[in-house]
Amino acid sequence: MRRRTFLVSSAATLFLAGCGTDTSGGAAPAASPIAGDENAPANLVFWSWAENIQRVVDVWNQKNPTQKVTLSGQAASDELIAKFLTAVKAGNAPDVLQAEYQSLPTLITNNALQDLTSAVAPVKSAFPDGTWNLTSFGGTTYAVPADVGPMMLFYRADLFEEMGLEVPKTWEEFGALAETVRKKNAKRYLTTFSPGDAGWLAGFAQQAGADWWTNENGAWKVGIDDEATRKVLGFWSGLVNSGAVLGDPMYTPQWNAQMNDGTIIAWPSAVWGTGVLAGVAPKGKGKWKMAPLPQWSAGENVTGFWGGSSTAVSATSKQKPQAAKFARWLSTDPEALKVLVEIGLYPAATLGQTSGGLDAAPEYMTSQPDYYESASQISKTARGFSSWGPNTNVTYGKFEDLLPTAVKNKADLAAVATQVQQASVADLKKQGYQVVGG
Amino acid sequence: MTGRRTRAPYVMAAPAVILFVVFIVVPIGYAVWLSLHAMRVSGAGLGIRAEVFVGLGNYLDAVKDTALYEAIQRMLAYGVIMVPVTMGLALLFALLLDAPRVGGKRASRITIFLPYAVPGVIASLLWGFIYLPAVSPIGAAFKAVGLDAPDFFGDVSVFFSVANIAVWGSVGFNMVVLYTTLRAIPKELYEAARLDGASEWRIALRIKVPLLRPALTMTSVFTLIGMLQVFSEPATLRPMSNTITQDWVPLMRIYQQAFVDNDTYLGAASSVLLAGATVLLSLAALAVFRSRSARSER
Repeated sequence: MRRRTFLVSSAATLFLAGCGTDTSGGAAPAASPIAGDENAPANLVFWSWAENIQRVVDVWNQKNPTQKVTLSGQAASDELIAKFLTAVKAGNAPDVLQAEYQSLPTLITNNALQDLTSAVAPVKSAFPDGTWNLTSFGGTTYAVPADVGPMMLFYRADLFEEMGLEVPKTWEEFGALAETVRKKNAKRYLTTFSPGDAGWLAGFAQQAGADWWTNENGAWKVGIDDEATRKVLGFWSGLVNSGAVLGDPMYTPQWNAQMNDGTIIAWPSAVWGTGVLAGVAPKGKGKWKMAPLPQWSAGENVTGFWGGSSTAVSATSKQKPQAAKFARWLSTDPEALKVLVEIGLYPAATLGQTSGGLDAAPEYMTSQPDYYESASQISKTARGFSSWGPNTNVTYGKFEDLLPTAVKNKADLAAVATQVQQASVADLKKQGYQVVGG
Repeated sequence: MTGRRTRAPYVMAAPAVILFVVFIVVPIGYAVWLSLHAMRVSGAGLGIRAEVFVGLGNYLDAVKDTALYEAIQRMLAYGVIMVPVTMGLALLFALLLDAPRVGGKRASRITIFLPYAVPGVIASLLWGFIYLPAVSPIGAAFKAVGLDAPDFFGDVSVFFSVANIAVWGSVGFNMVVLYTTLRAIPKELYEAARLDGASEWRIALRIKVPLLRPALTMTSVFTLIGMLQVFSEPATLRPMSNTITQDWVPLMRIYQQAFVDNDTYLGAASSVLLAGATVLLSLAALAVFRSRSARSER
């Protein structure tokens, strides 16, 4: 009985999508540069899922009384993309959208985003080159980077000391340490390999040097089944299948309990991890510390990205100049950056990573007064893929389907890379993309 | 006057018809339209997608989709547990509540019905807590007496774990339907049976159950449809374990096609197929029940 509501509501969504004016015919405007006065009065709608982002919007509204921004809170991840694409089709999309970097190509190839190249060119120098590349494709910029998530290793400093453990500098040391932890205390695990988080895995793959997608003269090259990714998966495969680390998902009630009570004593995560720790492991306050992610070879200094997002303008917005102005302001204005830090986002702009708000460590990390200084150092070593693919969602979905099953069956995780590669290539070809190799 | 009289039925029916057309017929029509289209790349560079007509291409893909068949198998395994247990317990509770000399009827009726008022997603989150070994009170109880905590997310046990949530949530509703029907049966029948020396057990089996048949038919069809549409329980439990995949049951597979892979068109084709199968199965079930009751009446 209850299930009916699901079918009816999704049918209603589809229906609403069909009601709108058909915008697919007007493909041209998205590609053309923005024309108009960016200081003209406006009423902008902004879709975002970041907690407390309203505070940043308030600052803007105070300073720009004639250009009001209305925030519409959203759920994060894949569903937001589907919802936004539907809204664009229906002709009632928001003017401004918070979009994760990996979802940009999907949005661009659905003709849902405005080309912002000329509108945001003035602020290009405010970002590290690597970060700016996250929102530019083939020389066209589609969004302004807002926050980034360089990966780092969190660990329980008190338990490491108590058990006489050294912070691992390489993945080899990390693997050995995982076994040591099991031998020293059968109740504890170094960490868990969460098989259902493709974004997390992508960060590891970036660190190892993978390039899952490359666009070569309009044709896509898919490199998911490459040496680097297989190396990463093979490494975790060995640890999970031998029982040296857990293979349970993150972000479950069980994981929260284990992070809180010291069952799990380390967590490879990103700079925003402190906010998560404060939520799930209140007992660990002042006990966790952060170090660079272990390296594949000693002496190296590389990390990947996990999460982070940008601000984009909808292709159907009728107030594009003003929307672009807001997107620019959100990521570069000193006051906006200060509030971004306060609400727990790590700004993408160089200024944001060095500005005043970052002097003091997050309240949870009292054990590490120089938290943001270290984070800033690590951030400089972060390496992303050269591009995200137009079907990143399909690739992620495939990983998140196959890896948990492989972990459950104690299978070779590296073999999953081959299957995901095949599925991703097949999907690209089906949609009509040109694919180099296979 | 005459014109008014002939218009009246149409006016009366209008709200229902309009709602039906707007929220059922048009969405179904749009889903069918979607299922005949797809996004395909046109243009160079990154490649811009545009909507094109693909005929029955999506249906061909949906029919060839092995993941959908595996999902259907899992749904059937779940249904084999969920449907009989739900119906059995609902009938048992209804008969018990209707039996004479049973105390605390009101309280038990509400207690059994209450889980139906809990949304499926919330119920699944609550049960998820109970299933996860590190936070499970059941696991803790097993450990306290020196046993291994049961694995609620094993290859086989997961079907029972998911079915359990659905049973917990739907027994109450079915029980109330059956119980209400029982209350409507004339008491004289029982008195006559008692005078003939029938035990309560015999009355239940020989009088109550046969008279309940129409209500049993209806609740069984509802439960069967509930099985076909199972979604929120496994979808909510999925992130908590490695056992439940994104395409675990047919609706999850369709959700994955439409909202994870962003292929609303293929999702629409699969939906149309599943809806067709649901209608056929419901009709078949009704036909079977009807022919049975017709036979027994003869």
